[in-house]
Amino acid sequence: MKLNQRQKARVLLVFSVLFLAGVAVAGVLCHDAAMVTDFSRKNLTPCLTYPFGTDWLGRDMLYRTLTGLSMSILIGVCAACVSAVMALLLGIAAAVFGKKVDAVISFVIDGIMGIPHILLLILISYACGKGLKGVIIGVALTHWTSLARLIRAEVMQLRQSEYILIAEKLGQSKWKIAVKHMLPHLLPQFLVGLVLMFPHAILHESSITFLGFGLSSEQPAIGVILSESMTYLIMGKWWLALFPGIMLVLTVVLFDLGGNALRSLLDPNSVHA
Amino acid sequence: MKHNLLFAGKNFIRMILLLAAVSVATFALVSASPIDPLQANVGQAALGSMSEAQKEKLRSYWGVDEPPVQRYLNWAKDALRGDFGTSLLYRQPVTSVIAVKLSNSLFLLVIAWIISGLLGFLLGVIAGVFRGRPADRLVKGYCLVIASTPAFWLALLLLLIFSVWLKVLPIGLSVPIGMEASGVTFLDRVRHAILPALTLSITGISNVALHTREKMIDIMESDYVLFAQARGEKAGSIVRRHALRNVLLPALTLQFASISEIIGGSVLVEQVFSYPGLGQAAVAAGTGSDVPLLMGITLITAAIVFLGNFIANLLYGVVDPRIRKGGRRT
Repeated sequence: MKLNQRQKARVLLVFSVLFLAGVAVAGVLCHDAAMVTDFSRKNLTPCLTYPFGTDWLGRDMLYRTLTGLSMSILIGVCAACVSAVMALLLGIAAAVFGKKVDAVISFVIDGIMGIPHILLLILISYACGKGLKGVIIGVALTHWTSLARLIRAEVMQLRQSEYILIAEKLGQSKWKIAVKHMLPHLLPQFLVGLVLMFPHAILHESSITFLGFGLSSEQPAIGVILSESMTYLIMGKWWLALFPGIMLVLTVVLFDLGGNALRSLLDPNSVHA
Repeated sequence: MKHNLLFAGKNFIRMILLLAAVSVATFALVSASPIDPLQANVGQAALGSMSEAQKEKLRSYWGVDEPPVQRYLNWAKDALRGDFGTSLLYRQPVTSVIAVKLSNSLFLLVIAWIISGLLGFLLGVIAGVFRGRPADRLVKGYCLVIASTPAFWLALLLLLIFSVWLKVLPIGLSVPIGMEASGVTFLDRVRHAILPALTLSITGISNVALHTREKMIDIMESDYVLFAQARGEKAGSIVRRHALRNVLLPALTLQFASISEIIGGSVLVEQVFSYPGLGQAAVAAGTGSDVPLLMGITLITAAIVFLGNFIANLLYGVVDPRIRKGGRRT
């Protein structure tokens, strides 16, 4: 069977959505199983019953990984949605409400981009008194900058387009122009930006929990699992780090591929490619 | 020349303003924290046994009794004179802690920055020129996987392979354990820096390569390249004479913009390798509630990033003759 570009993209998109939803649901379902400790089966290398092996407390690493990933996916999705909406609002505001607002927003974007992302997450997590709340707020509030820049540039171009100029001449309010004429035009880019934000959000969520900010150590978050594995790595327990890491990379890659598939589906030009 | 100076001056002022804004924002974040500096540093038990007068004294020592705006102004006044306060974890002035840590980190950062920049540029150019061919697919696949790989996991993998299995490189730290500072040779330091620098370089390449590739594709599809091909120029000479010059400018921006990412990555990588650099100090300051150190590190890294952008802006004029000419005409 020969598939064309768009059919391939559609298959890829459906596959990655199914996989990610599957991981998210499976993780929630085996949350309890992930906490079970059983000293009769500790430190097992990967085998058929325990494909990811077990850790020093006899916890099943497959369940722990799934639970951690589902938590990462959920946090990533929530945070990316918040960030994307912020980016949309600020990007439009910067382009519509004149030069002063634009200068202020651009200044803020530059300032936020000046602090390395991880450091900013540490600061926000500290400001929230650490814990899960700090991680979610931090990831949600820091990812909007680059998308906001993109949307701002797009709106700047749109403002010069004829149908917007005509709408202005017809005396429509700025608000109406923004909502009625600009928003539909920006929607595809916004959606793609939103989906492509997931992988970043997930990576940063796992990084910040890896560093020890946020979740407590008995929680099965992917960052916590990996940072614990670091202690046991030197004793040759490679499976503690390898499989959870591969799953994390797979998740992020699938989000990325899914986002790019969505982009080519939403872009009418890709029909001819 | 006058125009150049004006341009540089404007950029410089913007940089200072941004830095001031960052310091205000950082201070606001730090003081919004519900973590009480007294409890964090004196400890609950000690605090309970103290008299009210002693507590009052401590409060004024930590400046908790003043309103945040006053505290910020005090801090800023000292910071302008170069005094960032005393680190609570290291019991040394923040500036000297940062100086030591930064010099450790710079070693890594500069190596990784140069390697990732050069290799990323090279791979990006190759992928852009041979678009759609195996070489391009290889580079693209590599970039996708690496961009999706958290730096700390890559560091763990490298640690596992080279230090635990092959046992060719040390597991962590920046110098051998149990050795006097005078006995540490330069080679020891290099050996300890290989893995962290390698991790940082590998992760840094993907971003630079992907962006360079896109620019390169744009250029290869442009009319002047088409014309050069029509004249019968060979691919090598087209790349050398037409493409490279034009891709240099965006590559320069990218290279300087990647500073922030490399510093961010170094926080994670230093944590894995227990490398005593700025990143590890930042994490320690964050978990240990060392507010002065956290603020100092944030400001210094932000300053480095802004300085990088500033230099990139200045270099435009040097690299791109169009910008220079545009300046002379006005």
